[in-house]
Amino acid sequence: MKDAKQGSAGRAGLFVTCLVDTLRPKVGFAAVELLESAGYEVVVPSQGCCGQLNYNNGDTRGAAEMALKAARDFAEVDYVVVPSGSCAATIVKHYPEMFPSGSAEHAEVLSLANKTYELTVFLHEIAASAPVEVTPQEDSDSAGGSTLAYHDGCSGLRELGIFHQPRALLESLPGVAVAEGMNPETCCGFGGTFCVRYPEVSANIADKKCAEVIATEADCLVSGDLGCLLNIEGRLNRRGEPVKALHVAEVLAAKKGGSR
Amino acid sequence: MGMDCSSDRFSDNSAAAVNDPKLSKPLNEMAKIMPFIRDESLGQLSDSAAAVDVSANIRAHTLAHLDFYLEQFERNVIAGGGVVHWAEDAAGANEIVLQICREKQARLVTKSKSMVTEETELAAALENAGIRAVETDLGEYIVQLRKEKPSHILAPALHVSLDEVTDAFLEHHKIERDGPPETADELLAEARQILRSDFINADVGITGANFLIAESGGMVLVTNEGNADLTACIPDTQIVVTGIEKVVPTFEDAGQLLRLLARSAIGQRLSNYTSLYHGPKQGGEFHVVLVDNGRSSMLGTDYQDMLRCIRCSACLNHCPVYSAVGGHAYGSVYSGPMGAVYTPAFAGLAVAKDLPNASTFCGRCADVCPVKIPIPKLLRYWRRDEFSRHLTAKPYRFGLRCWAWLNRYPVLYRKGLSMLTRWLSRRAVNGWLKRLPGVAGGWSDSKDLFVSEDKTFQQQYRERQSKP
Repeated sequence: MKDAKQGSAGRAGLFVTCLVDTLRPKVGFAAVELLESAGYEVVVPSQGCCGQLNYNNGDTRGAAEMALKAARDFAEVDYVVVPSGSCAATIVKHYPEMFPSGSAEHAEVLSLANKTYELTVFLHEIAASAPVEVTPQEDSDSAGGSTLAYHDGCSGLRELGIFHQPRALLESLPGVAVAEGMNPETCCGFGGTFCVRYPEVSANIADKKCAEVIATEADCLVSGDLGCLLNIEGRLNRRGEPVKALHVAEVLAAKKGGSR
Repeated sequence: MGMDCSSDRFSDNSAAAVNDPKLSKPLNEMAKIMPFIRDESLGQLSDSAAAVDVSANIRAHTLAHLDFYLEQFERNVIAGGGVVHWAEDAAGANEIVLQICREKQARLVTKSKSMVTEETELAAALENAGIRAVETDLGEYIVQLRKEKPSHILAPALHVSLDEVTDAFLEHHKIERDGPPETADELLAEARQILRSDFINADVGITGANFLIAESGGMVLVTNEGNADLTACIPDTQIVVTGIEKVVPTFEDAGQLLRLLARSAIGQRLSNYTSLYHGPKQGGEFHVVLVDNGRSSMLGTDYQDMLRCIRCSACLNHCPVYSAVGGHAYGSVYSGPMGAVYTPAFAGLAVAKDLPNASTFCGRCADVCPVKIPIPKLLRYWRRDEFSRHLTAKPYRFGLRCWAWLNRYPVLYRKGLSMLTRWLSRRAVNGWLKRLPGVAGGWSDSKDLFVSEDKTFQQQYRERQSKP
């Protein structure tokens, strides 16, 4: 897991996200591994939720409080890396609109926003240009020689323009192909509290996405957003059509090798 | 203010709608075809991104100087021999129209599709006054026969199947025929035949307007059936009922917006009929009723950008929620993303509070909007207002407050999450949870939840760090 050149590329703070923290800790460790093997010193400061939940549900004051806390939690790192497009978009796009420009708080969250990246964007655009060479190790187990159905989270796609980065990373892995047939423009019906407020509507939207996944005949469903992933895999399982579902970090880390 | 609204039943109505196969068929077709033809026709413009910028600027500029352009429009209508009426609300608008109809001793009024008159429920007001009002847009006509409301701002009868149209025509058209009209062509021919005499005999014709042109006092009408032109041209008295936000400064501005309107709406370069009207026909009258009905209350607020809307319906056609539930579930004249922003302003947030929440914030509506209305942002503003006015459902409000509070105390936050993860993992069978309590029950109503581990990331990470 440790790389000889670890830390030489800078300090990267991992923003764990509340969903990864509670429901898929593996994703966090996969992210740590990817960042370390790219030559970064990874730190996981004491942290909370990004506040997207509160912000999108109208609690702007609660969200602003969480934004400031995040800015302070991550004040000491060079980069903040988030294994989620929607949490990264909250930090990058929405934190700065929570405070009047010119205020000290605005400056704090802006400085956080300016060094925050979604994981695949960071690996593809920042880590790739870092002076440390990443050498993929021998093929290990999971994800196999496989075809992946990639689901683009809407926030990452539309707010941060994440599209080619995860595909480029995945397709650079030996034996991995990203399947055609997933419509990147259509939502999976997760939508944060939307899916619990309007379960029938959410399920109806998810069913359309499930049909796309099944039609690809892919070995595995992959997404950069855990919310979407839980939503689609949860619906597939309920329908009795389970499909293996992995976060993009898990696939990348498994293929790059190393123990976990 | 007044707009009939049953948006408070969105939750039940939407749940019923998604399980109605008769409804999902046309909606699925719409969701499949419309994005494709829109993209294709916008792709024919070499400057589509710039055209969107220009269009957004035209609308934003007009709204920033709305009083100026409305007064200019009024002066030019009067100079051209027309009359301008100002209606503060729905009742006022209907009263103005009724007054004109009474003066003309009108018995029959033809209407072309106008969402503003749906807002004011003008047809019902006319009928109550003993004046027959006939909708002449085919979709709107079908909806009128069925005593329903439009389910889509452009395709009012989207939810109606061909069989149901046949049923409606058989019930309402007392004519001789060889057999029941069944194909779309047969139905169209019959509607055309029936409507023809109404067009000719109407005493007053009422249309909406797509754009009002301030510099000339003119108005632009866009249709595919030509019915609006028969409505406007044949009777001596023409009444235009439209919202105050429809004005644009110049012909050129209207031209810019027309480049995007039909493309965004139905993937056409231009609709079949794009007509320009100025003043009365010889010996006739030309009235313009400018309706506020809640619009001016949005000016100068966070919601002003919504008034840029040119009613193309691209946001409905591309919306995952609209495509799942259809228009009627929204319980409002305006449905889909644009309706979810407008309805709380027009009918009140208390009754319409579900609509801003009925969005996944996927953002596709803003992506396809030809005038760049940041719809998710405006919906988020409504959610903010709901929260601050204590309209957010209690369990959610309580949960959000607790979550924000827990986030202030890192140790407590980590402990809380650890307990949650352990609790979830213990209840899971082979990692899967089938039932969840409280508001999370909404999840397990239709989905399982996979819980892979019994310790949180932070817990495990700290344990690993503390080992030598």
